[in-house]
Amino acid sequence: MVSPILELTDVNKSFGHVQANKNINLKINKGTIHGIIGENGAGKSTLMSIVFGLYQANSGSIKINGKEINLRSPRDSIINGIGMVHQHFMLVENFTVLENIILGFEGETVFGEKLQKAKEDLEKLCQTYNFNIDLDATISDLSVGFRQRVEILKSLYRGAEILILDEPTGVLTPQEVDELFKILRSLKDEGKTIVLITHKLIEIMDLTSEVSVMRQGEMVGHTKTEDTSKEQLAEMMVGRSVLLRVDKKEIKKGETVFKVNNLSVKDDLDVTRVKDVNLEICSGEILGIAGVTGNGQTELLEALSGIRKVESGSIELFGEKISDQNNFLNPRMLKEKGLAHVPEDRQRMGLISDFKAHENLIFGYHDQEPYSKSAILNNKEITEYSNKVMQEYDVRPNSPNLITSNFSGGNQQKIILSRELNENPKVLLVGQPTRGVDIGAIEFIHQRLIDMRDKGAAILLASVELDEILSLSDRIIVMFDGKIVGEKENKNVTDRELGLLMAGVA
Amino acid sequence: MSNIVVDKSKVPWWVSNVIVPLVNLTLALLVSGLFIFIAGENPIEAVKLIIYGSFGYIQGFAYTLYYTTNFIFTGLAFAVAFHCRLFNIGGEGQAYIGGLGVFLVAINLSFLPIPIVWLLSICGAFLFGAAWAYIPAYLQSKRGSHVVITTIMFNFIASSLMIFLLVDVIRDTNQMAPHTVKLPEAIWLPSFEAFSGILGIKIRYSPLNLTFLLAIASLFFVWFLVWKTKWGYEMRAVGHNTQAAIYAGISPHKNIIIAMCISGGLAGLLGVNEILGVSHKIQAGFPAGYGFTGIAVALMGRNHPIGILPAAFLFGILYQGGSEVTFEMPNITRYMFVAVQGLIILFSGALENLFRPQIESFFVRRLNKEVNA
Repeated sequence: MVSPILELTDVNKSFGHVQANKNINLKINKGTIHGIIGENGAGKSTLMSIVFGLYQANSGSIKINGKEINLRSPRDSIINGIGMVHQHFMLVENFTVLENIILGFEGETVFGEKLQKAKEDLEKLCQTYNFNIDLDATISDLSVGFRQRVEILKSLYRGAEILILDEPTGVLTPQEVDELFKILRSLKDEGKTIVLITHKLIEIMDLTSEVSVMRQGEMVGHTKTEDTSKEQLAEMMVGRSVLLRVDKKEIKKGETVFKVNNLSVKDDLDVTRVKDVNLEICSGEILGIAGVTGNGQTELLEALSGIRKVESGSIELFGEKISDQNNFLNPRMLKEKGLAHVPEDRQRMGLISDFKAHENLIFGYHDQEPYSKSAILNNKEITEYSNKVMQEYDVRPNSPNLITSNFSGGNQQKIILSRELNENPKVLLVGQPTRGVDIGAIEFIHQRLIDMRDKGAAILLASVELDEILSLSDRIIVMFDGKIVGEKENKNVTDRELGLLMAGVA
Repeated sequence: MSNIVVDKSKVPWWVSNVIVPLVNLTLALLVSGLFIFIAGENPIEAVKLIIYGSFGYIQGFAYTLYYTTNFIFTGLAFAVAFHCRLFNIGGEGQAYIGGLGVFLVAINLSFLPIPIVWLLSICGAFLFGAAWAYIPAYLQSKRGSHVVITTIMFNFIASSLMIFLLVDVIRDTNQMAPHTVKLPEAIWLPSFEAFSGILGIKIRYSPLNLTFLLAIASLFFVWFLVWKTKWGYEMRAVGHNTQAAIYAGISPHKNIIIAMCISGGLAGLLGVNEILGVSHKIQAGFPAGYGFTGIAVALMGRNHPIGILPAAFLFGILYQGGSEVTFEMPNITRYMFVAVQGLIILFSGALENLFRPQIESFFVRRLNKEVNA
């Protein structure tokens, strides 16, 4: 039996009321590639941030080579031979590769001998692991794949024996992924230990020798990769929890409302996030989009709601083209056509935290009667309406003049929902309607969505909660890597089937 | 110190908007007093002189209100842009160009009925100031050039442009100084002297004129615009959260332009006071720093018209009373009062949060006790 290089015992970590890690036990053996897999929000990144000293655990112990250590900052971890490559690189863009790597470890005030020495060491390292990096290149000139290598090189130069990679392939092209895997394998052959955090099953099967699965903050299983299969892992990842069942009438499907043809959409970094998507939504139905976060759902919703430009393809609403690569209707115009949108990220988009509740309750409808007449806001009308709607949606506290950031997340969500549902939209785009919302409010929100559907609205629901998708949707599509990889009527679909599709396996 | 967490929803409005600014102001004045003491004069005497100079006699008080007028315009100018989270540092240049607008309109249209000349001149001031702010606004919204940088640069450009015009183009050619001819006397805005006769007071000269009422009207205008119209609502939305504004169909581009143009226009109105009201001609460098001091006025007034009025008045007192002190106390130069202004800016702007948490938590605890008792 090999003794583990890194051992975690009963590690707990909570943020406020949310327990991100519960009694985590983990052993990682020297010279292996160890995968940690789980859905978004399962607590993988938190756990590894604890190991890297970014967060401090509330309780539990961490041992390296059998010796218990106290990690108070990344510096402690680096000294103990732990290196981490983050999802978002921590590089100074206008510095060279060499400057970035020695940053904080210069060892001298005026560059001279030691810099030369560092350069020689690094060149040796590059050769050993086939990095193929020009140390004098400026970071901003490098592709994402090379920047990642710089991060790895940085960790190695600082003496990392254990290298943690957080979702390393998320930003890479398939070729770059191959290159990265080659490097990781050669690192392993040289006796380094690698911890790979990912939600992609293929990578786990390809690369790792051992794998640990996390779900909702808990470690739900450890196994040797050769003893398991993608299907088994997917099942462990998604898990089986009790479904929240909602009373739902028989579907009365109407005419096609939304029609999306060969749609492709790019994100702010110019990466294509939605790839050649075709879909239709009819009135009176809820179409659920299942998928792990970051597989194009956000960009799809943004394109449909007129926030984001379309790269190619087109979108039709009630048979009228509203968006193609040349022009698109803005959110205001779409609202007039009866489209409402509950955005995925309420803090970023759905409301303005510094505004008073009543100001947020008319947000986007503020220039319509009765809230304003010839550009002048009608405060009496707005307050009356706010009082009414806050009562109806049970927003607590029921005080329209309170600043929105003083409401809890669930109540903020209710403010958005009441605003968007109040106008009885014909089309409703909903992203993560119950994120951070307590159980009572979840049921309420679900019932509202069903009511809208029964009244004949067409609803597109994107959620990372499989339960939510399964209990609300009439039809389910699964997105993976920007593409629709499966479409099913919501009859006898199991979460396992969806889980496999979501992981891009089936 | 910084880890005092106060539940903001429990802090009464008067604590954060009245008590905290007053405490900051008091501290600034205490430190100023220390400076005056070090300079070898009696701070108490200085305060007496300031109060006498700015309130003690009718002419002094008129001067105070004249300065207040200018500060209201430039303070409002900064505040409006700030509600869209734009730091318009260019009030100085916008006021300068605004003055050009007043003068050109007034001198070219002086044949029209007088009230119409006034009205058009005011529009001229607003439009010229707005136009000068439009360019940085456009560059910010379309090209991402930061408005702080561009407005500062535009102050210099305005200054150079005006010097060029005053030397080579619109100078009164009967003399050598860089200023224009005087406007015809008929269209000058009535000054306080004219009214004082009616009121039965007799004073020699005062720069206070009808523009003061325009400043008061501007306070109402800004309050109404920012909090009562959909334009103000949209400006604030863009300022607080641009992404959310886009989601709600509000154009950030449009609102940046609108906010900056209104801001520049308000700064331009300073030209009405100075040119149509006081000097009746454009003199080189007439904005004399009012544009910059307006930033302090807005900060002290928490960017709200109700706060800007007393803040502008306070700076009016300091300007007028300060000049009184420099006459009477040989050791105090006028730069001393620039330092006092600086201290007020420091305490009410940069160090604004120095005592805020303590004061707020103090009141929250006291009020809770009262409730429980």
